[in-house]
Amino acid sequence: MIVIQKISKKFGKLTVLDGASAQFNKGECIALIGPNGCGKTTLIKSILGMVVPNSGDILFNNVSIKNEFLYRNNIGYMPQIGRYPENMSIGQVIDMIKNIRNYNGQLDEELLDLYKIKDLLNKKMRTLSGGTTQKISATIAFLFNPDVLILDEPTAGLDPLAAEILKEKIIKEKQKGKLIIITSHLLSELDELVTQVVFMQDGKIRFHKNNDELKHDTQMPTIAKAITHILKTSSHE
Amino acid sequence: MNRLIKFVVLDIIKNRTILGYTLLLAIFSWSVFGLEDNSTKGVLTLLNIMLLIVPLVSIIFSTIYIYNSSEFIDLMVSQPVKRNKIWTSLFIGLSISQILAFIVGVGIPLLLFAPLNIAIGMIGVGCMVSVIFIAIAFLSCAITHDKSKGIGVSIMLWLYFALLFDGLVLFLLFQFADYPIEHFMIGITMLSPIDMARILILLQLNVSALLGHTGAIFTDFFGTIFGTFIATFVLCLWAIVPFYLSLRMFNKKDL
Repeated sequence: MIVIQKISKKFGKLTVLDGASAQFNKGECIALIGPNGCGKTTLIKSILGMVVPNSGDILFNNVSIKNEFLYRNNIGYMPQIGRYPENMSIGQVIDMIKNIRNYNGQLDEELLDLYKIKDLLNKKMRTLSGGTTQKISATIAFLFNPDVLILDEPTAGLDPLAAEILKEKIIKEKQKGKLIIITSHLLSELDELVTQVVFMQDGKIRFHKNNDELKHDTQMPTIAKAITHILKTSSHE
Repeated sequence: MNRLIKFVVLDIIKNRTILGYTLLLAIFSWSVFGLEDNSTKGVLTLLNIMLLIVPLVSIIFSTIYIYNSSEFIDLMVSQPVKRNKIWTSLFIGLSISQILAFIVGVGIPLLLFAPLNIAIGMIGVGCMVSVIFIAIAFLSCAITHDKSKGIGVSIMLWLYFALLFDGLVLFLLFQFADYPIEHFMIGITMLSPIDMARILILLQLNVSALLGHTGAIFTDFFGTIFGTFIATFVLCLWAIVPFYLSLRMFNKKDL
C-alpha cells in the first residue's frame, strides 16, 4: 500500500533521513520505533507530503505522491503535537475539516462520543489542555474512515482512560483490515497492538520484522523487552 | 478553493484590525474632502496619504496574518488539499478583505467628491497597490521561517519602497546629471510600485507640475495613453511576480 523508496532528507547540514526504504501493506499494524531524533516524524511527514524529501520516492497504492494530494483522502493523521487555529472553536475546526474533505460516506463518530467532545464544541482551541487537543486530533484522524491511520505518539499526554479508549479503537480498526502506523515510546502499549516493528536509527531503517521474528531473534518474551534489548545493544555499538 | 477563501475572508473580518483600518481610511478621506473645496487638490492629498498608508498596512497586516495562520496551514497540508490552493486562497482572501476595506474607506468618499473617471482610477490604483504589497508580504513570509525576521523584512521593504527609493533616485540623478540617463531612469522607476502608482494617477489628473523628474520623463517618453497602459502592466507584474515566486517556495517548504 505504501512503498518508501530510498528517501533522504537534509535540514541544512543535518541528515535526518538517509536512504530509508520500507514497504507497508494493508492489514498491518506497524510500530515505528527508534531513539529520539532518528527521523520517525520526518518519515511520517514525508508520507503526508508535509516534508518534501531531497531524493527518493514514496508510492501510495503504486502511484508516486509527488505533487499529488488526493491520496490524503485515504489517510487519517494524528500529529504528535496538534496545532490548530487558536481563535476557532472545536466545533468550527471539525466543521471546517468536514467541509474540506467533502466526505460522502458514513462518518465514524465513535471517538467523538466516547471523548464527549460534543459537550466542548464551543470551546476555543487556545483554551484547551494538551490532552484535550490530543483527543481532538484522534477524533479527526478516525472521523473519515480512512484506509491508513498514521498516529504519531498517539497516547502521549492522554489520561489512562482516554489512552485505553484510543487503544481499543486502534485494535478495532486494525481488525477491519486497515494499515496502521504508530510511533510510540510507550513500549508496553505496543504489545497488544502491533504486528510488525520497524526500527529506525540515524535516518536509516535498521530492520523491519514481524512480532514473532523479533521475539525469537532477541529471545525475549514481549515486544517491549525485545525493543529495550535492541536499544541497549545498539547504543553500545 | 472557494471554501478556503470564504474561511479566510470571514476570519479576517472577525479580526477587528481590518475594521480599524477601514475606519482610519474613511476618516482620512472624509476629512481631506471636507477641508479642500478643490477636488483635484483633495485627490492629490489623498493620493499621498494613500501611497504611504495602504502599502504599510497591507504588507504588515498580511505578514502577521500569514505567520499567525501557520497552524491553519499545517492542518490543511495534512488534509487532501493542494498546497497551491492553500497559499492562493490565503492570498485571495487577504486581497479581497484589503480591497473591501479600501473601497469602503476611500472609494465611497472618492465617488462622492471627485470626478468619476479620476475616482475610478484612484480606486483601481489603490486596490492594485494593496494587492502588490500583499504579494510582497507573501514573498517575505516564504523567504523567512522566523516570524520576527519576516516582519522585519516586511518593514524594511516598505521603508525602501515608500521612502528610500526616492532618495536613491535623486542620488542617481545628481551623480549622473552630466550624462543622458533619462531612459535609464524610466527603467529605474519601474522598480518601485509606489512610483508607478503615483505616475498612473498623475497622468490621469493632468497635473504635470507634480509629476516630478522621473514622471515627466515617463510621460514624455510614452505619452499619456501608452504610458497609462505601460504603468498598469508594470503594476500587474509587481503583483504577480512576487506571489508566483512565493508560491514556488511554499510548494517546496517543509512544515
